[in-house]
Amino acid sequence: MALVEQKHMDDAGYRLSEAQPGDFIALLKPRVMSLVVFTAFVGMAMAPVTPNPFLAMISIAAIAVGAGASGALNMWYDADIDAIMGRTAKRPVPTGRVTPGEALAFGLILSALSVATLGLMANWVAGALLAFTIFFYAVVYTMWLKRSTPQNIVIGGAAGALPPVVGWAAVTGTVSLESVILFLIIFLWTPPHFWALALFKSSDYERAGIPMLPNVAGHAATKKQIFIYAILLAASGVLPVWAGFASLAYGAVAVMLGAGFVWYSWSVFTMPEDDQAMKPAKALFGYSLLYLFILFTALLADRLAASLGLAFGG
Amino acid sequence: MEQEFIKPTEAQLKARRKRSIAIAIALVAFVIVVYIGSLVKLGPSLFDRAM
Repeated sequence: MALVEQKHMDDAGYRLSEAQPGDFIALLKPRVMSLVVFTAFVGMAMAPVTPNPFLAMISIAAIAVGAGASGALNMWYDADIDAIMGRTAKRPVPTGRVTPGEALAFGLILSALSVATLGLMANWVAGALLAFTIFFYAVVYTMWLKRSTPQNIVIGGAAGALPPVVGWAAVTGTVSLESVILFLIIFLWTPPHFWALALFKSSDYERAGIPMLPNVAGHAATKKQIFIYAILLAASGVLPVWAGFASLAYGAVAVMLGAGFVWYSWSVFTMPEDDQAMKPAKALFGYSLLYLFILFTALLADRLAASLGLAFGG
Repeated sequence: MEQEFIKPTEAQLKARRKRSIAIAIALVAFVIVVYIGSLVKLGPSLFDRAM
């Protein structure tokens, strides 16, 4: 008989778990993880050093697991508000499939393992950066900023922007201007991306008592902020050319993508106050995902083309 | 004192078995990653030691 079956029934709140492995995978926020893997990979690929492919794969996996661990810690802490919002109510903790204690233990164990693996297999600069990223997302954003300030996702966005810096550091052992520029692009992308979502999901956030910008400062102020960030983001998109680690061809793609972002943000800015469908906000949310994916793919393609040019032309 | 124990339901036993298999797979994968990673990182010097 397994130990768990010998637990006395009088224990308060005790129950046998019916959680499936898939529920624990859901705790890792796989969709966020895929974006983290992609941006960390780009950070790694942009570095001027060619890493051992196997160690690079381990590093990417460790960064992905670290990101997943912070997602599990977020779901442990936020189970009360997740249960209120339609978008998050079906997550494993609010539905009771996974207990908060299980989610916490899962998140802490994976955090420790991912940081140790990255530190030992790549270097401790990358390991420390990953630990900082997990801490920033789980403690600074989730436990502190999210429920206390409408600037929550502006400051908290730093956690989501760090993966390319970690990827770069895993290969080079340093943090440099190039990786800081990649950080800046995702950092400036985060507010308009989440505020577009917060506009058409403001009633959800209102019910949960989360002080998102549309609920605190109003829709008009949020639209203005989105537009300002869109201009800053479009400008930051061409910084890789200015810093000399991307070509003019990439710059042309970045300018077009940035112009698209500004245009979609303008549509949101001019959206009538009584617009219930909020199609422009939904369109901007969708475009923002596409924007980041294409921009980073363009950087990757640019680096690949440069490498091939060196190999065959030089 | 007579103690009462929980009798797991069929669904709970099935879920526990799936979780156990998933943990086993994850642990084996982790061991392989650390083993091969150590070989790659340390290289041939790993085996270069006084007998």
